[in-house]
Amino acid sequence: MINNLTVSGSPHIHKPVSVSRIMWTVVFSLIPAGIAGVVIFGLDALWVTLVAVAAAVLTELTFGILTKKKITILDGSAVITGILLAFNLPPQVPLWLPIVGAVFSIAIGKQVFGGLGQNIFNPALVGRVFLMASWPKYMTTFNRPFSFDAVTSATPLAILKEGKVLEHISYLDLFLGKHGGCIGEVCILALLIGAALLLIKGYISWHIPATYIFTTAIFTYIFGGAQIFSGDWLFHILSGGLVLGAFFMATDYVATPLTAKGQLIFGVGCGLLTAVIRIWGGYPEGVSYAILMMNAATPFIDRYTKNRIYGVR
Amino acid sequence: MVRLVENKHSSESKVTQRLPLPLKVYIPLIQHLGKICNPEVKAGDQVSLGQKIASVQAHVAAPIHASISGEVVAIQDWPHPVLGRAKAIVIQGDRRKDEGGFVLRDPQEVNSLTAEDIRKIVLEAGIVGMGGASFPTHIKLSPAKPIDTLIINGAECEPYLTADGRLMVEQTGQIAAGVALIAKCLGVKNIYIGIESNKPEAIKAFFEITGIKVKVLPSDYPQGGEKQLIKNILGKEIPRGKLPFDIGVLVQNVATVYAIYEAVYKNKPLIERIVTVTGSCLENPQNLLVPIGTPIKDLIEFCGPLKDEPAKIIIGGPMMGIAQFTDEVPIIKSSSGLLLMGKSEAKMYDEDPCIRCAACVRGCPVGLMPCQINLASERMLWNLTKEYGASDCIECGICNYVCPSNRRLLQTIKRAKLEVTK
Repeated sequence: MINNLTVSGSPHIHKPVSVSRIMWTVVFSLIPAGIAGVVIFGLDALWVTLVAVAAAVLTELTFGILTKKKITILDGSAVITGILLAFNLPPQVPLWLPIVGAVFSIAIGKQVFGGLGQNIFNPALVGRVFLMASWPKYMTTFNRPFSFDAVTSATPLAILKEGKVLEHISYLDLFLGKHGGCIGEVCILALLIGAALLLIKGYISWHIPATYIFTTAIFTYIFGGAQIFSGDWLFHILSGGLVLGAFFMATDYVATPLTAKGQLIFGVGCGLLTAVIRIWGGYPEGVSYAILMMNAATPFIDRYTKNRIYGVR
Repeated sequence: MVRLVENKHSSESKVTQRLPLPLKVYIPLIQHLGKICNPEVKAGDQVSLGQKIASVQAHVAAPIHASISGEVVAIQDWPHPVLGRAKAIVIQGDRRKDEGGFVLRDPQEVNSLTAEDIRKIVLEAGIVGMGGASFPTHIKLSPAKPIDTLIINGAECEPYLTADGRLMVEQTGQIAAGVALIAKCLGVKNIYIGIESNKPEAIKAFFEITGIKVKVLPSDYPQGGEKQLIKNILGKEIPRGKLPFDIGVLVQNVATVYAIYEAVYKNKPLIERIVTVTGSCLENPQNLLVPIGTPIKDLIEFCGPLKDEPAKIIIGGPMMGIAQFTDEVPIIKSSSGLLLMGKSEAKMYDEDPCIRCAACVRGCPVGLMPCQINLASERMLWNLTKEYGASDCIECGICNYVCPSNRRLLQTIKRAKLEVTK
């Protein structure tokens, strides 16, 4: 007679997938953009990133201990938050800035809501807008690429906002990241390599990134130029944090809609808000705010974009 | 719908073997959806093969027959693969092989049978849906509304299971004859058989049969679910709360069709079925023809030696089958597979919080948002679970299968279904 049989409800098999496997894959997919950031801006970019990750993980650990809950630092989610926050910072900020930002991201952006899966906003973006509101000077001082002696340079979007003419930046330079900007947002090529991995793995779907980028492009083409239908839409795609945001932050599972229909609306909303802020808003860049605003709209979108149930018309 | 690792290779080409007659069988008095049968024999009685030993005066019920000849030694509570425990008739076999005991019905006579005759034979033979639901077949053969389309379910979408696949290859003509009987009962002309693309032999066999249209279906789970099968073959959906006959469709599993054939042509009640005995613990997976009531330990012993101590025994497939607490439990009319899982496969993982990845939403074949029902159910917000359509769940288990957080979505949705229908 066979003893000690396990009895549990069906199903009895499970897909080889776990939260930590997904999260660490996302971390892995962000490495190319990180390497590009270090190549372009020097080792400062690396220190900022490492400090942000360490602060995020330590904050997560502290909350785990204080709340006597499961310690979740190994699931990779805090690491992602640290990396994404750093990727949204200029490369030569003082190192206390990423620490403050990462602590805020994890503590206020994530843990006060109940930890993983409970946050209503993308934690890294919460940290970023907190830093933006508190220390705008540090957040908007950028370095010229490949000049490791801290020569400052405005980002292409900021130059555009001030109404100056962009002369010497080609689309190729924008694509490769040879311009001022945040650590992880500048090299579109590296970001696309990482994004391709996540798409192939099926960990993100095309719905949000495609609609987000497409909507921004259309809208900036129509309204972004001196006359209507003359905007430089390709410039808008390649500059600022659009690609980083569309593939890695607007796709954050927790704060985005569940159904494909909902995700399409979310992406369009992000695209519209980004374009509106860039064209008419006070800031040169609108990706962070656009995503956060759409995060807030997610429960509402979910409510009205349920899938059709079989047999129901 | 999801693509699963099928694991059918170890038994799919194994020709069905007859299990040696068991010493004792434990035949539960309830093996169907409906009212439990009353025993018609008592301890000490001699019974012959195929003798009716239990029945009940009720519309939704199916009589039960002796699957071996011998002596009734007890009528007692016994482990039941679906219900946990139930009353069963225990027969001590005399090991007489009286397979010849059934009088073949002359083909001329079969041709002259009316629809009513066929229904009566099916009822008397105790036939129930053998794909898992165990709904008495005679009721399905007398639908309240006209039926224009008959679908034979040969999808067998559960991983590991190969019993239906073997049956379709080995008994093609007999199944076709069974189909003709059902068609006669219902007066249908439009007949389909749905087979997953992973069973090329069966597909080929049925292409030879005239009058049955073969629909080759992608090997996606749950292709063999009644709702999915109808949608994928006919492009029609059963409206919410309705049954297939409401849209003029009837679905029968291939094993049930074969049982109808045997009942009509051989006068043989439903006393045995094919069971796929498989899993990583087995050296030698098999498709076995097993008398109803045979304890599963007999099947395991026959397929031995074991490579590995089973840590989990499942009757049915790995997605919808039921984990058993003992190897004394008998095979019943709806048991299509016996799956022996090793320790690593039986391991239980902790639940993590839902990260709203929506894998369950994309996977759900009926379009539900399982993660939302799960959260509502855990908070006992039953009205909210109803709003989310909990009662439309077909319990296929995909949501659990794909969940990276190992959440017990199906269990909580089942709970919500119970609460919603209260």
